[in-house]
Amino acid sequence: MPDPLLRLQVEDFLYHEAALLDEWRLDEWLALFTEDCAYVVPTTDLPEGDPSRDAVFVDDNLERLQGRVTRLKSRHAHREYPYSRTRHLVTNVRLLKVSDDDIDAAASFVVYRLRSGQVAPYIGHYSYKLARLDGGLRIRCKRATLDLESLREHGAVSIIL
Amino acid sequence: MGGAVNVRELVRDEPEQGLFRVHRSAMTSREVFELERERIFDRTWLYLAHESELPNPGDYRRRTIAGRPLFVARGKDGQVRAFLNSCTHRGAMVCRQDQGTAESFQCFYHGWTFNNRGELIGIPGQDAYTECFDRVERGLVHVPRLESYRGMHFVSFQPDIENLVSYLGGIRPYIDLTMDAVDMLGGWQMVPGSAKYSIRANWKLLVENSLDGYHLPTVHQTYIEYMDTRLEAVGSGRLLTQQRIAHGSDGISAGKGHGGFLHFATGRTIANSSPLWSEDARQAVSRIREELLARYGTERGTEMADRSRHLIVFPNLMFQDSHTGMRFRQLWPVAPDMVEVQQTDLVPRDESAELRAFRLEWSRAFLGPGGLATPDDVEALESCQAGFAARELEWSDMSRGMHREPQAVDEVQIRGFWREWQHQLGGRDAGSEVGDQAPRLAAHA
Repeated sequence: MPDPLLRLQVEDFLYHEAALLDEWRLDEWLALFTEDCAYVVPTTDLPEGDPSRDAVFVDDNLERLQGRVTRLKSRHAHREYPYSRTRHLVTNVRLLKVSDDDIDAAASFVVYRLRSGQVAPYIGHYSYKLARLDGGLRIRCKRATLDLESLREHGAVSIIL
Repeated sequence: MGGAVNVRELVRDEPEQGLFRVHRSAMTSREVFELERERIFDRTWLYLAHESELPNPGDYRRRTIAGRPLFVARGKDGQVRAFLNSCTHRGAMVCRQDQGTAESFQCFYHGWTFNNRGELIGIPGQDAYTECFDRVERGLVHVPRLESYRGMHFVSFQPDIENLVSYLGGIRPYIDLTMDAVDMLGGWQMVPGSAKYSIRANWKLLVENSLDGYHLPTVHQTYIEYMDTRLEAVGSGRLLTQQRIAHGSDGISAGKGHGGFLHFATGRTIANSSPLWSEDARQAVSRIREELLARYGTERGTEMADRSRHLIVFPNLMFQDSHTGMRFRQLWPVAPDMVEVQQTDLVPRDESAELRAFRLEWSRAFLGPGGLATPDDVEALESCQAGFAARELEWSDMSRGMHREPQAVDEVQIRGFWREWQHQLGGRDAGSEVGDQAPRLAAHA
């Protein structure tokens, strides 16, 4: 039986992360990640995609994630300038594995993106590996797997899920 | 325009003035959309699948081509066949998974069963039919034409269309450069994982965008900045900003609506390294490059190694062999203001794991829904389509470079597409064979 207080701590952390994204506080969001981090979004037709041999939509390490954030803060990121409105809903949080160093957590998400008269929901689930550092949590790996069959309503994954 | 559409009025091609304009109703009209379906998509060759997707007998892939549910299967006899995915009994789809391997396909409605060569091999309650009922006639229906070129399977719904090789015509030498370049590495194979996305824009806007070198510094400034920041960090300067795309570039109209643009690029695993890659990787790329020059001579080998090719096989296959990877991007109009995109990367079968990783990283960085560039193209096209609602502004302009040796930043390749488009719709006597420049590089044919 996982520690419910630990799950609450993880939930608080994920809600905090979601708020940073919805408020476009991207530098603060980036600071949640560890040096050896990964942020992965597989394609819709290969949810189990492995970035080392398969095509995926996103496979960022810290350097590429920094590049993504720099881009999104630029007024030349045309798809997101002006910023779209987003709402990250995070739910069904479960702790799958807990060690002294890491926590493997799963959650479901719906991320709404609203812009130019369109509403597009990104539906899927997160797999997190969270590092327990300095009494707090950091993100070692975030994998956002879409349940969508295609990006029919979305055109792109231009926001961070 | 009002009333029946007059295709002759949709393109204003004035080579003597160096002016070329397209009427925006070509992107918004329902009648034009229907005409395109009938006169282009029901009549041309359309890309279906790559041979690497069907390596073994029984392998199959489901596809939607020009709105038709199809599937393509390699039969027990090794032959590839394309079928209409509809039971000959009452219509249900007999192939209900995107891909797999199967000896036979059983319709779940009443249980009719077809083998992977399309023959009807089982009917529950056969005794209910008379002797006039011919089981052979009720086999799966083949797509009227299926032909292959260099591992690419194409289909056509027009039974008497010219053969595929003849259809490809002037674009073949460019396809051959990319196909020959990978012979020593075991040929191309499709990577698992593809991008399926839609854009709220007419499909021809994505054709133009895929053939357009002019928009790179404006639309893709954040991508260029990202790459140049990384290049500067390893002491290579701001390569992408400095190596203007126009340098050593060509725009080509290859006839029959085919064409593209070509430009020098670093970061091609075949075969021009990026300074960002490891010493081992750069040496491996140098060896590939030397081998290409040895096999194909300096001129052709250099062309294979150094230049990126962004091609169109008319009407809807974008064939891209660039520093952002090798891919097929296929466009399907689903409404006048909506295009569906299916995009899959290919990799050399025997490429080293390290080069494969660089190749896939370079592809992801630019291309695809999660890249640093493609989302801004999507935004640009949706912005154009929204702008077309201002109907008092009737014309879009594609006159760039009409009076000079065409460069990648010019629009000759886009004009070639439009000329053929207008010809096939019945609004122009000659297609893209008549253009503002003759296609070059013909010596490679």
